[in-house]
Amino acid sequence: MGSVVSQVASPKLPPVVLVLGDEELLVSRAIAETTAQAKAADAGAEVREFDAGSLLPGELAELLSPSLFGGRRVAVLKNGQDAKKDLVPVIMAYVADPDPEVTLLVTHAGGAKGKAFGDSLQKAGATVVPAVKIAKHKDRIDFVTGEFRRLGGKCGADAAEALLEAVGHDLRELAAACSQLVADTGGRIDLATVARYYRGKAEVSGFSVADAAVAGDTAAALEALHWALHTGVDPVPIADALADGVRTVARVAAAGRGNAYQMAATLGMPAWKIEKAQRQARGWSPDGLVSAMRAAAECNEAVKGGSEDRAYAIERTIFAFAKARQGGPR
Amino acid sequence: MLPSVDVFAHLTGQPGAVETLRSAAAGVGMTHAWLFTGPAGSGRSVAARAFAAALQCVSEPKGCGVCTGCHTVQTGSHPDVRFVVPEGLSIPVALMRELVLRSATSPASGRWQVLVVEDADRLTEAAGNALLKAVEEPPERTVFLLCAPSDHPDDIPLTIRSRCRVVNLRQPAAEAVAELLVSRDGVDPALATLVAAAAQGHVGRARRLARDPEARARRAAVLGVPRQLSGIGACFDLASGLIASAEVEADAATAQSDASERSAMETALGAGGTGKGAAGAVRGAAGQLKELERRQKSRSTRAQRDALDRALLDLAGFYRDVLVQQWKAPVAPVHEDALPMTGAAAQRWTKESTLRRLESIMECRAAIEANVKPRIAVEAMLLRLWQG
Ligand SMILES: [Zn+2]
Repeated sequence: MGSVVSQVASPKLPPVVLVLGDEELLVSRAIAETTAQAKAADAGAEVREFDAGSLLPGELAELLSPSLFGGRRVAVLKNGQDAKKDLVPVIMAYVADPDPEVTLLVTHAGGAKGKAFGDSLQKAGATVVPAVKIAKHKDRIDFVTGEFRRLGGKCGADAAEALLEAVGHDLRELAAACSQLVADTGGRIDLATVARYYRGKAEVSGFSVADAAVAGDTAAALEALHWALHTGVDPVPIADALADGVRTVARVAAAGRGNAYQMAATLGMPAWKIEKAQRQARGWSPDGLVSAMRAAAECNEAVKGGSEDRAYAIERTIFAFAKARQGGPR
Repeated sequence: MLPSVDVFAHLTGQPGAVETLRSAAAGVGMTHAWLFTGPAGSGRSVAARAFAAALQCVSEPKGCGVCTGCHTVQTGSHPDVRFVVPEGLSIPVALMRELVLRSATSPASGRWQVLVVEDADRLTEAAGNALLKAVEEPPERTVFLLCAPSDHPDDIPLTIRSRCRVVNLRQPAAEAVAELLVSRDGVDPALATLVAAAAQGHVGRARRLARDPEARARRAAVLGVPRQLSGIGACFDLASGLIASAEVEADAATAQSDASERSAMETALGAGGTGKGAAGAVRGAAGQLKELERRQKSRSTRAQRDALDRALLDLAGFYRDVLVQQWKAPVAPVHEDALPMTGAAAQRWTKESTLRRLESIMECRAAIEANVKPRIAVEAMLLRLWQG
């Protein structure tokens, strides 16, 4: 492209950064990282923030003009999509010939508003940091596992799944939860850990128990059950979740190998659920699934009043799953 | 006496029970509490209704079928005969208390105050206690007629059972049911024979099959299930089909009464009223509508379970026919029209596996009655039918 920007840009400290997207956590992370890089290069680096919607062209010129005393500077221009018509040409003129001592960081929501400005910055060679909202379940799981990795921890997909169900979709809350778990446990996060920290949410407990039981992790299933009951979760939704776990694995296994996204429509399940079930299906035989479904039906009856000890009925079902998974019919 | 027109004429194939009831109505062996037992469709409630009519008969012989006493009981308009019919899964205590209280008053015009409880096995524990108090010390002119599948403690509390005279009704023979369909409903004899056997002694079910092509189509779909059990995936798909079909059948049965009940209540509550006190009235009305919706939901759940149970009975008949052929037993098949399929299965399966299959259907019915989620119970059953 031969743009001026790429010629003067050092790989460490890009002169122009475009943070594209409206996921608040990712946006503020990008700002923090850029700032940290600048401070690493020059401990006395100066950081100033402005709002593009209210910044006047004159102020911008002053902000970007060479400092009398030298030293690194970071200029953060928030809400680039709101930049006024007269501001945009001033910015673009600067971007064509940036000061190597300055990093200009522009955040842009990435929508239709101010799209031309965002596009121009990209064309001019700005380093783009994506910060779009996460919409897909699989991406959320990736975020959680990535987050643990970033913090020096480790977590399985099942634990990430349980954490998502417990905490919800807000990335900031998820990130906080990840950092708390890593701080408290030293970094090895499994299903039982999540169940222990986020107990009392019925659906989490039920599905955590079922996921572990169907995956053949009897110890984790029993621990999740223990915590669920300990915190007053009703056994009925847990029993329903156990049946749903077997049903899902059986239907996915019966559908044969295939692309989860293509199977989603025929099975009437989201692709992430299919992918999870495909992993869980390893180790199950058809006869084993028949036995497990029968155990699930018996469990359903027991927790609805047929049994004196409803907790024991669920425990027995978890053992029945383990046995069915290994050896087919009882 | 003309037995063909009297109130007991509709009790198909129950000579013993008819004899007992006729004598009691005439004063021999009369008592205050009666329990009518017998399998579904054997005519428990028909017998109780006929006996109630005979008790209010103002002519001779008792239960003549033509006097105003007999006639008003049979049309449900006799002031001294009340029926308790559960619309939901159970009979609530409030309803039972009210009816017991009213049954304690002296008869207005008849000889007796009669309270008929059509599904006494669906009394809640509290409702059962309310009834027990009345049965223990019955008012002078009050008679309780209770109906239940059996006199087993699961169906009727022992405390109540011990105070009742039990009239046990047999499952009527298919020939008797077929005869009734031909003579009373004008059904074609060949169809009558087929549906009478398929209904397994259940008169009401036989009549429905004879009259309603949709009921016949649903039955045919159920009989197609064993042939389609090709794998685990098919089991879950067929389970969805059976559940959905039961829902459709139940909806069709309850939708109309739901709508008319609601509009009747809205009219009665004067929906849209304004002025002083209207806000309070609206709040009260909302509560009553909510209560109505709760009752309708309960009734619809019951209707779905009943529809599903009929399907399961049809299915059980299929495997029973396989077993009968494997043992070469000289008894008539339930599903005459499915003989090619059941015959082929009889060749292919072992007797043990057929028995296991039949067993899994019976366990499924018991599980649903014990409140297991119908989908889970049916899935577990179909998987076992597939496995053999
Ligand atoms: Zn009469």
